[in-house]
Amino acid sequence: MLELKKINKRYVDGRPLIVDLNYRLEPGEFVAIMGDSGVGKSTLLNLIAGLDTPDSGQVLMDGVDIASLGDDASTRFRRARFGFVFQAFHVLPHLTLLQNVGLPLLLNGLPLDAAQKMLDAVGLKDRGDDFPSQLSGGELQRVAIARALVHRPSLILADEPTGNLDPDTANDILMLLREELKENGASAIMVTHSIAAATMADRILLMTKSGLQPAPQ
Amino acid sequence: MIQSLSRRGISTQLCGWLLTGEWRSHPVRVVTAIAAIALGVALGFAIDLINQAAFNEFSAAVRSLSGQSDLQVRGPLSTLDENFYPRLSALSEVAAASPVLEIDAAIPHEKEVLKILGIDVFRAARFSPDLIGVAAPDRPFDTLADDAIFLSPAALEWLHVKQGDALHVKDGTREIVLRVAGALMRARPGQRLAVMDIGAAQWRFNRSGQLSWIDLKLTDGVDRDRFRQSLPNRMKAPLVVTESAQLEARTDNMSRAYRVNLNVLASVALFTGAFLVFSTQALSVIRRRSQFALMRVIGLTRRQLLRQILVEGALLGIVGATIGLAVGYGIASAALQFFGGDLGGGYFSGIRPSVQFNFWSALIFFSLGAGVAVIGSLVPAWDAANAPMAAALKAGAETPSLANAGKIWPGLTLLSLGALLTQAPPWYDLPIFGYAAVATILTGGIALMPRFSSILFKTLSTWLPLTKAGVVPMLTLNRLANSPQQASIALGGVLSSFSLMVAMAIMVSSFRVSVDDWLQNLLNADLYVRIVGGGDSALFSPDQQAAIRSIPGVARADFLRSTPLTLSATRPSVMLIARTVELDDPGATLPLTADVMDKGALHVLLDKSVDLKPIWVSEAMVDLYGYKTGMTVSMPVGIQPHSFLVAGVWRDYARQSGAIQIRLEDYRQLTGDLLVNDVSLKVVKNSTAVQVGTLLHALPFGESLTITEPGEIRALSLKIFDRSFAVTYLLELVAIVIGLFGIAATFSAQTLSRAKEFGMLRHLGVTRLQILLMLAAEGGLLTASGVLAGFAIGFCISLILVFIVNPQSFHWTMQLHVPWVGLAIVTTVMLIFAALTALVSGRLSVSRNAIQAVKEDW
Repeated sequence: MLELKKINKRYVDGRPLIVDLNYRLEPGEFVAIMGDSGVGKSTLLNLIAGLDTPDSGQVLMDGVDIASLGDDASTRFRRARFGFVFQAFHVLPHLTLLQNVGLPLLLNGLPLDAAQKMLDAVGLKDRGDDFPSQLSGGELQRVAIARALVHRPSLILADEPTGNLDPDTANDILMLLREELKENGASAIMVTHSIAAATMADRILLMTKSGLQPAPQ
Repeated sequence: MIQSLSRRGISTQLCGWLLTGEWRSHPVRVVTAIAAIALGVALGFAIDLINQAAFNEFSAAVRSLSGQSDLQVRGPLSTLDENFYPRLSALSEVAAASPVLEIDAAIPHEKEVLKILGIDVFRAARFSPDLIGVAAPDRPFDTLADDAIFLSPAALEWLHVKQGDALHVKDGTREIVLRVAGALMRARPGQRLAVMDIGAAQWRFNRSGQLSWIDLKLTDGVDRDRFRQSLPNRMKAPLVVTESAQLEARTDNMSRAYRVNLNVLASVALFTGAFLVFSTQALSVIRRRSQFALMRVIGLTRRQLLRQILVEGALLGIVGATIGLAVGYGIASAALQFFGGDLGGGYFSGIRPSVQFNFWSALIFFSLGAGVAVIGSLVPAWDAANAPMAAALKAGAETPSLANAGKIWPGLTLLSLGALLTQAPPWYDLPIFGYAAVATILTGGIALMPRFSSILFKTLSTWLPLTKAGVVPMLTLNRLANSPQQASIALGGVLSSFSLMVAMAIMVSSFRVSVDDWLQNLLNADLYVRIVGGGDSALFSPDQQAAIRSIPGVARADFLRSTPLTLSATRPSVMLIARTVELDDPGATLPLTADVMDKGALHVLLDKSVDLKPIWVSEAMVDLYGYKTGMTVSMPVGIQPHSFLVAGVWRDYARQSGAIQIRLEDYRQLTGDLLVNDVSLKVVKNSTAVQVGTLLHALPFGESLTITEPGEIRALSLKIFDRSFAVTYLLELVAIVIGLFGIAATFSAQTLSRAKEFGMLRHLGVTRLQILLMLAAEGGLLTASGVLAGFAIGFCISLILVFIVNPQSFHWTMQLHVPWVGLAIVTTVMLIFAALTALVSGRLSVSRNAIQAVKEDW
C-alpha cells in the first residue's frame, strides 16, 4: 500500500537529511519508527503525508505518487486516505468534541453519524457537546485518535502521540490506538522516542542516516 | 443534530462551525470590527441621504417656480425687458407664455429675505397652478389686487401673519405695506414664498417694464432644441433659454463639488474601518495559524481555507453594513428633522426636506461596507492559505506571518501610481483622480510601514547600549525591530486615520489662513454700508450715494454694484461685480494672483480698441469658462454683447461658480444702471468710524442702513467658515476614534496572544511591572513611529488636497499652512492613549497564571 522509493531530502542549507530511503508498508501493519533527534523522522512523516516533497524519489500510496499531485489533488487524497495524531493533540479549541471528530467526515462528504460512534468508541460517550478546555491531556488525545480514524483512512500517521502524556495514560492511549486500528483495518506509522510506546507496534524500525532498519531486540 | 448532508451543505456547515467557534470565543473583537464598518457606512449613507433629500427638495422648489413650462427665457443679467413678452407670445411656435417677476424683498427685523413672485394669474394658471393664491370667499378678485400678497404656509408661519394682516416689506430703503390676502396652499413644505399680481409687483417695487423670466409652452410638434438654440438670434438679443432639465443641472452644478467632497470625507471612516477589519482578521489568522494548518493537513484545500477567511470577513462587513444602513437612515431622519438639509455649505438653506430611502444609494454603501471588509481580509486570508502546514503545526514554531508585508515593491509601486494620478485633470469637474491619488498614496505608505518600522527600530537598537539599559528596553526594541509585520497590523488603522487627519488639518488650516489673508486684503476700508436685509431690491439710488459721499469725515466713498450674469444655460450664474478699480494698480482693490497682464501691454491693447473694456476674472472663470489673461471675450453686459479684455485673475473664496470684476464706470456706461449694493468708506484722519456711522444713521434713510467695520465682517466670515467645516471636523473625529479603537483592538489581541511569551518571561524572573513597562513602551514607540510616518504621508496628501483637490473642486487656490500646535495636541493624545491601551491589555495578560500560560498549546 505505501511504498517509499529512493527518497532523498536535504535541509534548506543543502545538508543531506534523508538519503536513498526505501521502505514498503503492508496493509494493516502498525509500525513504530525510532531514532535520534534530527535524523528526519518527522520529515519522513511529512513526506508520506504529502505535506513536504522529496528532492528525489517517490512516495507511492496505493500506487499514486503524492508529490506528483497538485495542491488541491494532494489535499483531497490526504483527506480521504490519511489520519493524523500529533504530540500536541491539535484539537480545535472552539469546536465541540463532536464537531472536532466530525471534521474529516464533513471534509470527505460523509454522514456525520460516525462521529458519535467514534467518540463512544474512545470512551467519550455523552461528552460530544463539551469543549476541549474541559478535557485532560489523555482525553484530548482520545479525541485526536477518534478524529484520525473516523473517516476510515487506510493509513494513520502519528508523531509522538504520547509525548505529552504520563506513562499510564500513554499506555491507555496506545492500547486504544492499536484496538481501533485493528477494528478499522488501518495501517499506522508512529514516530516515537519512547521504547514503551514502540513496543505496542507490530514492528519497530530504527531510522539512521543510512535508512530504516529493524530495531535490535 | 447529526445527519447526512450534501457536499455543498457540508461545506456550509463546516464554514458555520469554524465561524461560530471563532466569533463565540472573541466576541468583543468581532463586535468592534462590525461597529467600525457600521459607523463608516452609517456616516456615509446618512450624509448621502441628507444631501440627496436636500438636493431633491431644492430642485423641486426650483421646478415649482417654473411649473410645467417647456422653456424658460431669461436675460443674461438679473432682469429682462418686458417687451420680450409680447414678441415671444406672437411666435407661431409658442402656444402660451407667462411672464414672471422675481423679487427678493427684505423684511424689517429679519435676516432672511422673502421671495416674491409677480405673476399674471391668467397666464400662470396654465403653467404653475400651485402658485395661484386662495383668496377669501368675499374677495375673489384679490389675486389681481394691487395691495394683495399670498404667502406659502411656511412664510405665514415664519412671519407670524394671517389672512387680512398687513405685511411690511422693504424695497431698498423704502417700506411697502401689503395685505395678506390668502395662502398658497400647494407650496412645498418649508418653502418660503409669496405671490402677487405682476403689474402690482412692478409698480410697488419700482420695476416697471422689468421681468425676471418668461415661461413658454410650445405648440405640439415644435423641435424644442432647435427652437431653443435659434431664439436668441431671432430675438436679436443675448437671451438665455433653458429647459427644465438644464435648470436642474444648474442646481446640481452649484453644489456638486461640495456634496461629493463631503461624501468622500464620510468614506474616510469606512476606509479606516477597513484597516480595523484587516487588523482583526490578520491577528485572528496569526492566532489560528496552527488551527488552519491542522485543517489543511486533514484535508481542507487551500481554496476552501481562503474562502473560509474571506467569508468571515465578508460576514463582518455584511452585518456591519446592514446595521450601518439602519443607523445611517436614523441619523439622516433626525438630522433633517432637527437641523434641516444644510450641512454647513449654505447651498440648501430655507427648505425642509424629508428623508427618503434610496435603494441604489443603500446598495452602494452596503457594497462598500461589505467590500472593505473583504478587502481587509484578503491579505490575511492569502497568507493563511499559503502558510507551510508542517512548520505551522510544530509546537513552538513561530513562522513569520504576513511575510509579504515586509516587501518594499508594492508600496513603492502604489506611491509612484499616486504621483502619476496627481497629474490627471478633473473628470466631469470633479477631482476623481486626485482622490484616487490620495487613496493610492495612503495605501502605499501603509504598505511601506513594516519596512519603515523595522529600519527605525533596528537603527535604534543598534545605537542604544541595550545591554546596559536593562531588560525592558532590550525586549521592547528587539521585538519591534524583528516583528515588523505585527507592527504593520497594529498601525494600519491608526496610520490611515492619523495621516488623513493631518492632511485635513493642514488643508483646512491652509484654507482658513488663506481666507483670512484674502479678507484682510479685501477689507481695506474703514466702514462698510449696506441696506438692511439685503435682497436684490436693496440698492442705493444716485441721490443716496451722493448723500453718503457728502457726509463730513468721509475721505473716500467707493461704490460697488453686483449682479448675477448668466453665461451658460447649464451653469449657475457668475457674479458681475462693478467697482472702482485702478487700471494701473488693480491689486490695490483686488486680491490678484500672479496671473495679471503687464501694465504696459494692457494700455497698448486698450488704446488700440476704445470699445474694449478690461475685466478681472476669478480663478473659477479660468477653470469653468476657459478665460485667460490677455484674452478678449464677449459677454452680454448691456443691450448687446460687448468685448472685454481679461486683464488678470483674482482669488475669490466667496463664489465658486465664478465672478468677474469690471470698473464701475464701464458698467454704468454699458448698462445705464446707476444703482449700487455696497458702499465702502475711508474716514479722514481727524474723524472716527463711529462718528461717521452716527452721521450715516442720521441720514433720511439712515434707519435702513447696516454699518459694519472690517473686523466684524472678518469675524463673521471666519465664523461661517468654521461652521461650514463643522461636519468635516466631526467626520475627522470619527475616523480618529475608529483608528484608536484599532489600536485598542490590536494591542489587546496581541498581548493576549503573547500570554505564553509573558509566562515564559515570568518564569525567567522578569517582574510583572517590567512586562507592563515593556508593553507601554512598545505601544508608545509603535504609535510614535506610526505618527511619524502618518505625518509624512498626511503632509503629502495635504499637498494633493491643497493644490489639486481644492482647485479642481471649488476652483480656487490657496497657500500652504501647517497647524503645528493642533497637530501636536492630537499626536500627544494618541501617544498617551496607545501607551495606556497597551498597559491595560498587558495587565490582563500578566494577571494570568504564568505556569498555565506556557503549558498552553494554543
